[in-house]
Amino acid sequence: MATVAREGPVERSPRGGIFARPSGTTGWWSWVTTVDHKRIGILYGATAFVFFLVGGLEALLIRLQLARPGGHVVTADEYNQIFTMHGLTMIFLVVMPLSAAFFNYLVPLMIGARDVAFPRLNAFSYWAFLFGGMFTYSSFVLGGAPNGGWFGYAPLSTEYPAHNMDFYALGLLMLGIASTVSAVNLFVTIINLRAPGMSMFRMPVFVWMTLVVQFLLVFALPILTIGLVELFFDRRFGTHFFQAGAGGDPVLWQHFFWLFGHPEVYILILPAMGIVSEVLPVFARKPLFGYPVVVMSGIAIGIMGFGVWAHHMFAVGLGPWANSAFAISTMLIAVPTGVKIFNWIATLWGGQISFKAPFLFAVGFIAMFIIGGLSGVTHAVVPADYQQTDTYYIVAHFHYVLFGGSIFGLFAGIYYWFPKIAGRMLSDALGKVHFWLMIIGFNLTFGPFHILGLQGMPRRIYTYPAYAGWSFWNMVSTVGSFLIAASIAIFIFNVVRTMRGARLGQADPWDARTLEWTTTSPPPAHNFEEIPVVHYVDEFWHRKYAEGEDGRLAPVVAGGGHDDLVPGDEQAGGHGSGHGIHMPSPSYFPLVSALGLPILSYGILYSPILVIDGVLLLLAGLFGWALEPSAEPEPATEEPIEPGAEG
Amino acid sequence: MTGRTKRCIGMVTVAVVLLLLLSACSRTQIPQDTFNAAGPEARKINSLFWPVFWIAVGVFFLVEGLLVFAMVRFRRRPGAGIPTQVHGNKRLEITWTIIPLVLLLGVAVPTVRTIFSLSHKPAGALEITVTGHQWWWQVEYPSLTVTTANEIHIPVGRPVYVTVTSADVIHSFWIPRLAGKQDLEPGRKNHLIIDASEAGTYLGQCAEYCGFSHANMRLRVMAQSPTDFQAWAAAQAQPAATPASGSMAAAGMDLFQNGRFAGGQQCTGCHTINGVEGASGILGPNLTHFADRTTFAGATFANTPEDLDGWLHDPPSLKPGADMPNLGLSQTQIDQLMAYLESLK
Repeated sequence: MATVAREGPVERSPRGGIFARPSGTTGWWSWVTTVDHKRIGILYGATAFVFFLVGGLEALLIRLQLARPGGHVVTADEYNQIFTMHGLTMIFLVVMPLSAAFFNYLVPLMIGARDVAFPRLNAFSYWAFLFGGMFTYSSFVLGGAPNGGWFGYAPLSTEYPAHNMDFYALGLLMLGIASTVSAVNLFVTIINLRAPGMSMFRMPVFVWMTLVVQFLLVFALPILTIGLVELFFDRRFGTHFFQAGAGGDPVLWQHFFWLFGHPEVYILILPAMGIVSEVLPVFARKPLFGYPVVVMSGIAIGIMGFGVWAHHMFAVGLGPWANSAFAISTMLIAVPTGVKIFNWIATLWGGQISFKAPFLFAVGFIAMFIIGGLSGVTHAVVPADYQQTDTYYIVAHFHYVLFGGSIFGLFAGIYYWFPKIAGRMLSDALGKVHFWLMIIGFNLTFGPFHILGLQGMPRRIYTYPAYAGWSFWNMVSTVGSFLIAASIAIFIFNVVRTMRGARLGQADPWDARTLEWTTTSPPPAHNFEEIPVVHYVDEFWHRKYAEGEDGRLAPVVAGGGHDDLVPGDEQAGGHGSGHGIHMPSPSYFPLVSALGLPILSYGILYSPILVIDGVLLLLAGLFGWALEPSAEPEPATEEPIEPGAEG
Repeated sequence: MTGRTKRCIGMVTVAVVLLLLLSACSRTQIPQDTFNAAGPEARKINSLFWPVFWIAVGVFFLVEGLLVFAMVRFRRRPGAGIPTQVHGNKRLEITWTIIPLVLLLGVAVPTVRTIFSLSHKPAGALEITVTGHQWWWQVEYPSLTVTTANEIHIPVGRPVYVTVTSADVIHSFWIPRLAGKQDLEPGRKNHLIIDASEAGTYLGQCAEYCGFSHANMRLRVMAQSPTDFQAWAAAQAQPAATPASGSMAAAGMDLFQNGRFAGGQQCTGCHTINGVEGASGILGPNLTHFADRTTFAGATFANTPEDLDGWLHDPPSLKPGADMPNLGLSQTQIDQLMAYLESLK
């Protein structure tokens, strides 16, 4: 691919001057300037996990406040900030970036590429995400966090004069930039950088789901962006997009928000579905049942996801015709979802199942997602939803989908790929304790929400009276939430202990099926000594088990990866052992440009001078980005360089 | 991992579901229980929900059962080789696409029918208008020239066609035992029908997040026999009673009419009392027949001397964000105002 070829060898800055590219490969500075998709993936994952702990603490505060009627742990104002930030955090700062961690780390490895298509843009996405998250959280010390709910319904979100919801609008805009940029990058990567022979229908299902998610992001985020800009204009510049008294329409915001918000639900769940589709076959030692059907139903979910948004709005008063149409579209989207579940079960059928921690989490995903899916169907029954909407029944539903689904799926991925990423195995025994504690705690926490909701407990209330009769199940739920917290503590202990322990002796501990396991664990900076040539779905499995396929593959030109290359054609450039592989150089400028965004945002709220500073920094970063040397060596002086030799 | 553990999962799952069902059956002491429908509208919803729920329970046991069975039956046994590499089966794929599709279409038909049935305006309905405010409900009976707040009196057995709208942000009107929700939006008029089969008090509350005191925006429906309702409405249409001069209540009325408190605030700036000159504020609830109500301030506090005393001392400390400020009233002033308010039968 051109991008990779344009970049130079790992540890060289042939041209100096102010634009000299950084060259270190170790130490914290090398992490700041890295453009390596694996390191960026790890940064995404670590950052998202920190936010997961913060969002979890917020959840515990919510549960403490609601444990008993008339709770006094936090005030009404604090409660409103906490539940808003809990939602924003878990969606935008945990599940999305944790999925992005897997996309970044795994997609190039799974498609047999050396990096993503635009490595510096990848770094920019990470920094914009980090700064967006930090910017949003800085509101806690700058007068109050967003307090209008993650859904930010106008005109409530436009009426408070304090900056709370300004941080919401600007923070989400920044996070939207990060996600859009990353989506374009991954989309191009998957379309263009696949190894020779890897046709679209030889891609691992996880890569397919990644592709669908990037499609959803690219089309859904602009809708949110428009809404947020109009919201911010209403707040700060006196426009009336959502002000009924001045000819605007508050319901317009809801259409914007949910037309983004429902595809967003699939943005949150499809990565986990991809992970589960990778994990189950490995532990059942069978290929995924109905691979094309699973892929096509993922695509169908992605497309249909744009046609169901008004099921968040059944009580808005859209009228019986609109409600009926969205009831039917919502029921229909359950079909491809159900098809996936049946295919996963069929994958296990006739297999040789090994009950390791990743498998348990993957099955936990299926078991919990079934419950979330079934409660979802009851929402599609519109009259029933008139009772359910805005109650804890809904809170139960989406936690079964996003925690029982996404989070369990992501933990399956963490346990499964941890040896690939860290070169060390997490303790399986501790992993099982984590799993059982988490699934019991999860059901104790969120199961009772079904009952509470149907017993009339609305969402987003900071208190309730004893006579409401909700005390018992709320207490059960609070106990459950602390079991979840304990399970996370065990996970952290497991990771810390494992990182201090011995390295894994082998690259393929699970007897896996896909390309990322063909290289070392952890992989070298250039991923593969030779670009693999792909003949099958589950290529690695076929190399290990299919007779006659082993060892007859010709080495591939470094940095290659075009579909039109066929094995045997690319002998010329292969050096082997990583020699002469051109990897992109690190760069300061993704960080510099991304740093312009929060400064610009603070400027909008506090000072025009900061606006200018932010814009200048952004521009300086972009100019530096454009002008810095590509670090490509002159052809005459090129000599093989051992990666990592300069330390 | 053993088969015993898997049986445990199964048992835990069954236990959870049983708990769900048990709690659904116990109807005592839960005033907002949707399962305990008290009128035809809420019953229409439940008669649609229950069949869907049982289908879902059936699907749940079938699919989770298949999952658990597959895990137990196909667990890795020592010495087993590589299993047959099955890639798929077209017939199965078609089957498990068609069956859910048919099942869902079967659910869709009664769903659509009920959607239209609930949106139909019944003949002979009593019409009322409810306007949401942060954080209380203004209730108007246009045909009876009655305006009240937070407590809606309705006649038993007669459908009530409620027109809802909002004066500020979005709220949602919800009396779980009588009907589903309907959002209140500024600039729009939405409608729903409530209908109680039996006399009684039905509790509800705002269901759309509306700011600081969203939790304290409650409401009640008092369903009365038609004759009781007529009597109530006739009394409500009267102007407020004037207290005997020289009484504590009269002093309170004077304070209400003429008093100026912290920051130049006046009671009449926000509250209307029909028949009291100058008392025509519309920011707060109409207090003409305050003493007739069992609760106040968004149906959150009992209309008792203790609660009222606490409220008049400092409203926002009891109800976060409340528009009514701490007026810096002395205990004497509070006692006088309370005497007046309690005289407004």
